[in-house]
Amino acid sequence: MKFAVVVFPGSNCDVDMYHAIADELGEDVEYVWHDAHCLDEFDAILLPGGFSYGDYLRSGAIARFSNVMKAIKKAADEGKPILGVCNGFQILLEAGLLPGAMRRNDTLTFICRPVKLRVENNETMFTSQYEPGEVITIPIAHGEGNYYCDEQTLQQLIANNQIVFRYEGENPNGSLQNIAGIVNEKGNVLGMMPHPERAVHELLGGADGLKLFQSIVTYWRDAHVVTT
Amino acid sequence: MYKVKVYVTLRENVLDPQGNAVKGALHTLNYYEVQDVRIGKFMELVVEKSDRDIDTVVKEMCEKLLANTVIEDYRYDIEEVVVQ
Repeated sequence: MKFAVVVFPGSNCDVDMYHAIADELGEDVEYVWHDAHCLDEFDAILLPGGFSYGDYLRSGAIARFSNVMKAIKKAADEGKPILGVCNGFQILLEAGLLPGAMRRNDTLTFICRPVKLRVENNETMFTSQYEPGEVITIPIAHGEGNYYCDEQTLQQLIANNQIVFRYEGENPNGSLQNIAGIVNEKGNVLGMMPHPERAVHELLGGADGLKLFQSIVTYWRDAHVVTT
Repeated sequence: MYKVKVYVTLRENVLDPQGNAVKGALHTLNYYEVQDVRIGKFMELVVEKSDRDIDTVVKEMCEKLLANTVIEDYRYDIEEVVVQ
């Protein structure tokens, strides 16, 4: 299976993401620059965290007009797994691939620490290796992770089981309904503020994020590899 | 040539944490008459005349990029200026 890590000017979690796939997951992975036109050779697309275009105007607002976004939309339409973490999530929101928007954290501070998450939906291509309702520990690192959407959108998210992760216990940023991660209606585009790529080995303080990437591989193998 | 001033603020029904913090600071300075503070962005654009209607162009730019209409409202003033 071949992963793409999309690199925007200002991405800074791209190397962590690459390391998680290449060294911990053990799958093929390549960096793709933001002006790439084609992602056809990749089976899954990862949008890493960081501060694309310096977060000018709004987080993710400028990155969404990059050339590569057209290819990402195409891959999303084709049903390929697309994961946006932190700034990657913000870009997916600005691009309209996921509903809602990010506000500044209600504390007005940048928060960087491990948090507890509850896996609300383990029937997605990103979470199948988790138990239903499993509580996991994944680090967050953001100043704008305060998820917001209007009431109608929220009801749709709930009805379609699109809320994949919620903050468990304390909500660090004030997000609506403790939302930490959501998928699109089709279920192949996941955006989340916590960084699973920073939790793929005990030496990093925990490996709870690894199952997310393993879920993607499991999904892909089930769909593409014929076993005899 | 046009000078366009664009104002972007969080929507009325969206909590503005920065505005609230500034309101609290104003209250500590004894400006208790301050009821509400909304913090936003102010942008100045210089736009050349074209065959497209300036109001339509500015509105389009606001909708597409300058504001995120999920959480933000925008308004703008357009002033025609004569180039010296």
